[in-house]
Amino acid sequence: MITMLRAALAATAVALGGMLASPATYAQAGSAADEIEKYRQALQDGNPAELWEARGEDLWKKPGGPKNASLERCDLGRGPGVVKGAYAELPKFFADAGRVMDLETRLVWCRVNLQGMTEADARRSPFGSPERKSDNEALTAWITSESKGVAMAVSLDHPKMREAYDVGRAIFFFRGGPHDFACSTCHSEDGKRIRLQDLPNLTVKSGAQRGYTTWPAYRVSQGELRTFQWRLNDCFRQQRFPEIEFGSPASIALTTFLAYNANGAPFAAPAIKR
Amino acid sequence: MADPMKIRATLVGDSTEVRVLMSHEMETGQRKDAAGKTVPAWFIQSVTATHNGKTVLSAQWGPAVAKNPFLSFKFKGGAKGDKVQITWTDNRGEKRTDEATIG
Repeated sequence: MITMLRAALAATAVALGGMLASPATYAQAGSAADEIEKYRQALQDGNPAELWEARGEDLWKKPGGPKNASLERCDLGRGPGVVKGAYAELPKFFADAGRVMDLETRLVWCRVNLQGMTEADARRSPFGSPERKSDNEALTAWITSESKGVAMAVSLDHPKMREAYDVGRAIFFFRGGPHDFACSTCHSEDGKRIRLQDLPNLTVKSGAQRGYTTWPAYRVSQGELRTFQWRLNDCFRQQRFPEIEFGSPASIALTTFLAYNANGAPFAAPAIKR
Repeated sequence: MADPMKIRATLVGDSTEVRVLMSHEMETGQRKDAAGKTVPAWFIQSVTATHNGKTVLSAQWGPAVAKNPFLSFKFKGGAKGDKVQITWTDNRGEKRTDEATIG
């Protein structure tokens, strides 16, 4: 029975992987997940996320907003204008704002305080579509790409960070909604999957590292680059929870919980996913 | 105006390897929007690559090519510092040309 299931999975992998390898290779390789991994590797070269990164760098440097100022003085936690490695230390407590922020919330803050945009304008359409490209996705793509290879190092030394972590942990295990789901329903066991997508076990270090360090990512099926705020938003939709508001304290708390659990792993995004 | 291409050109032995990422919707003309109306086809029709003004690749593309396409090819010759130029034209007549230096 197991062999049959495996054969069926391998056959699907052939369909997905297209012309990447001969059928003989598949017969030996076994697990469908391995084959999907090969498919992802093949896509790695020429990741369209680079198009978002290029646009994001431009947006960062170009003066904009009512004050016609660029974001180059934006403090992402390592001092004004320091982008290299900044994402690996986020979320963080920002004294000037008096609260814990993730990258996307911090970008809203900088666009309001440096560029003079209204809070509503800075928060508008954080997730893009073909008709309406998102500045948030482009900026996030570029800033996170500047942390590629940097080890995740989120600190809980500040009491507000500790609080965010604890709240995030509580949300992760909180069951609710019409399906009585929690994040942990899908993400606290090894070997779970949705269709052919492996779901990382986010309660163990290796799973949290693999999950967290590969977002943002270019979603081939959507043709868009998606950020971590988008990932959380869509997880909540899949659980049939009320929508998690972009940049809300709940979203930052959950991000803090997951980012801290990923500490030590080299950051590996923007990645490419199905 | 379309977003710029991302072009990398590297010398490998006696040939040049060129990798290009293009930003384009590549709409097939088969899709319908939320209102049920067909989304008109919009895709890159021709791609040309030149090295020092000489054409090294010319391709005709159709709607089956993916959104934000990636193109990789090699040509014989080329030296460090030479320019490689890529041009695409889509079915709306829109055009984009970008250049990279062989490294």
